[in-house]
Amino acid sequence: MSAVIEAKRLGLTFHTADGPVHALKDVDLTIERGEFVSFIGPSGCGKTTFLRCVAALEHPTEGTLSVNGLSADEARRARSYGYVFQAAGLYPWRTIAGNVRLPLEIMGFPKAERAERVRKVLELVELSGFGGKFPWQLSGGMQQRASIARALAFDADILLMDEPFGALDEIVRDRLNEELLKLWARTGKTIGFVTHSIPEAVYLSTKIVVMSPRPGRITDVIESTLPRERPLEIRDSPEFIAIAHRVREGLRAGHGDAV
Amino acid sequence: MRHVIPVLVVVAALLTVWYAGAVWMNSAWTLDQAAREGRELTVIDIVNDTMMQERPKLPAPHQVGTELWKTVVGTRVSSKRSLVWHGWITLSATAVGFAIGTGAGMALAAGIVHSRAMDLSVMPWAVASQTIPILAIAPMVIVVLASVGVTGLLPKAVIAGWLSFFPVVVGMVKGLRAPDPIQMDQMKTWNASRAQVFWKLRLPASMPYLFASLKVSVAAALVGTIVGELPAGATSGLGARLLSGSYYGQTVQIWAALFAAAILAAALVAIVALIERIVLGRMGMAR
Repeated sequence: MSAVIEAKRLGLTFHTADGPVHALKDVDLTIERGEFVSFIGPSGCGKTTFLRCVAALEHPTEGTLSVNGLSADEARRARSYGYVFQAAGLYPWRTIAGNVRLPLEIMGFPKAERAERVRKVLELVELSGFGGKFPWQLSGGMQQRASIARALAFDADILLMDEPFGALDEIVRDRLNEELLKLWARTGKTIGFVTHSIPEAVYLSTKIVVMSPRPGRITDVIESTLPRERPLEIRDSPEFIAIAHRVREGLRAGHGDAV
Repeated sequence: MRHVIPVLVVVAALLTVWYAGAVWMNSAWTLDQAAREGRELTVIDIVNDTMMQERPKLPAPHQVGTELWKTVVGTRVSSKRSLVWHGWITLSATAVGFAIGTGAGMALAAGIVHSRAMDLSVMPWAVASQTIPILAIAPMVIVVLASVGVTGLLPKAVIAGWLSFFPVVVGMVKGLRAPDPIQMDQMKTWNASRAQVFWKLRLPASMPYLFASLKVSVAAALVGTIVGELPAGATSGLGARLLSGSYYGQTVQIWAALFAAAILAAALVAIVALIERIVLGRMGMAR
């Protein structure tokens, strides 16, 4: 195992008209290769901000952050990660295949390889046969799967996901969670996953990072004791409930001393 | 079919108001003439006369219709009396002006979106250019260009372009900025260049905005061309028809030229709308 993402005393302060806002403060975190790490906490706790720092979409004001042994911005330029946003953000004027092909076009993959990669990732997210459809012809869940395929298309070893299933109903969400775990097992990627949902975090993760707001910081890091092979029913096991309980306690504690 | 009756009702109402206006406005002259000749007129006589004066204040609809028919269908296209010929002169300058305006508008919009300096320095001038009455600018453009030897179609096209670039700039700037922050961030995560962001995201996203602007701008180009034909005593084009009509009090001719211009504008907007439907349809954005 080796560290893929390493943050040391990471801080990010926004200067606003109402004074400084500490979006992140003293965040220490190491993510090893192949881990599935969830970030959970109330809004304003900096979970999305942390993910955006890793992606070099935000720039920390304090501390150090390395991604794949590079600085975050170098890692971005080396296209080390795929990023899945809260909304699918598919281009309405491109077909599903065209959308998945977009990053490949930008990165200058040869034409034949593009087609092959699009075929492969669409199969991976179970959207084979939908490549020719336009986004509006697909359900919200399918659109989000297409956006995951797009993030996977260029085969970066890190996948960053910012509440990708937040806007979906619970039944679709369960199914996508199950599929995401399978995908993770098959590809062996390192995944950073932001969520609001305790069951989702516990079900998916090998490591759960509990965060709290004002200033945004880590209050607890829980190493999951669940096996890697996880059927949906595992959510009724005592072990699962125990971890969920600890996450809830962490959230409550973080909330308590902030008020 | 459901829409035919309401449309007909509106047309009939407009024609009624128009005819009533013709009777009301033209009757003064009729009564004047009769008084001078010491004749007594019945109401029917008055109404009849107001429908067929040679230089009415307000020509009746059928007079305008007849004149249109005569000068569009009943005259050889190559004749100087043919509205088709005059319409073609105006249309060709409109098309060139529209092309100039659209090209300039898109280029300026691309610059404004990519450069903060251009955003701050160009936009105020673009706005200012539209606040100056085109009637004041048009003769100067004609005179200045004529002094360097440029006459004919191009000066008119420049005035047309002057009016038509502005809607394109405004619509295109809005359109090029239409991609949401997520889509812009996405591009950043793929380390896309500014050129790639422009061609693959901004430009396609701006298409619905562009077409909305083009509809306004093509009609503005036609107005610009006609205004450009008014000064300097142009002898051809719909503007020249309007001008000579007003010189000689040929109100019927003026109205016929006005209707020809309106029909031309409607046709141009319809053509842009058709292209819009085809392009957005192909892009999967027409819904």
